[in-house]
Amino acid sequence: MHETMIAQSLLAAISEETAKQNAKPVSAKISCGMLNAVNDEILCFAFEAAAKDTLCEGVRLEIEHKEIQARCKNCKQNFDIKLSNPKCPVCSGDDFELLPDAPLLLEEIEFETD
Amino acid sequence: MRTKKSIGKKILSANEEYALKNKQLLAEHKKLCLNMISSPGSGKTTILSRTISELKDRIRIGVIEGDIQTDLDAEKIRATGAPAIQINTNGACHLSAAQISSALKQLPLDDLDLIFIENVGNLVCPSAFELGETGKVAVLSVPEGDDKPIKYPAIFARAKALLINKIDMLQTGGQADFDIERAKRDVRKLNKTIEIFPISAKTGEGMQSWYNWLLKSVKNLQS
Repeated sequence: MHETMIAQSLLAAISEETAKQNAKPVSAKISCGMLNAVNDEILCFAFEAAAKDTLCEGVRLEIEHKEIQARCKNCKQNFDIKLSNPKCPVCSGDDFELLPDAPLLLEEIEFETD
Repeated sequence: MRTKKSIGKKILSANEEYALKNKQLLAEHKKLCLNMISSPGSGKTTILSRTISELKDRIRIGVIEGDIQTDLDAEKIRATGAPAIQINTNGACHLSAAQISSALKQLPLDDLDLIFIENVGNLVCPSAFELGETGKVAVLSVPEGDDKPIKYPAIFARAKALLINKIDMLQTGGQADFDIERAKRDVRKLNKTIEIFPISAKTGEGMQSWYNWLLKSVKNLQS
């Protein structure tokens, strides 16, 4: 449900960049950490609705989900943690610190130029 | 021709900026601010009402109430004598940092020791929005089942404390399918430092340990 708000912020960010370019945006790549709890289908649907009748209408979203990172307190390695089985893949230690989740990032926009 | 332009812009940067300002404001005033997150019906408002009433001679508590539509919860809090600011999200499933910023301005901050944010009942979305709080408190209630930490790990992995509410239902008729030890074990796998308090906000059982933690946390921040 919070995808609606994310879609609006995303539309504002793409629109701002589009205003600087003399070109039509065709797709956008975004990335986010797992804790952002973004559902791709809902975000795409919300974006499509928000972008209707704007310069961003029809822009295709590509969404990359980044794993949550943790740091093992035993062997000091950083690793991608699976919350369903939280363990260090190197030493199997279970004492770790969760690192900050990757933010929602607008990585790249693809423009159609003549 | 198609060209790709690299951007690297944070999509929720506006929320982050407000969260940072809230964090700074709370730190300047040395106020403890706890963001309570749970499913609907876990008992957040009942926990808060009882906590405020029973601690009113020890610490001064204010509440920011997030709700989709009504101000029923804020009214329940005001009935205890504590100041409560109601935010209606009009359908949104979480509170945003901008809403908290405006609510903090309406609260008499200098007259308070502790501010609770009662987030919209939802185990998923609110954990994605930083509000600038000092810490998150998760609430899980017995009728929801003990598998919730595994199914919705994000909030349990990040919370400073977990209240397991409605433990009085463990004894009534044996209908509750909830193994407290299993829930504790699953949560601690994700979060070694979390404080876990099994409570009943209805009967008062277990509440004293929660109060002690709150009093200690307020004191640590103010000293």
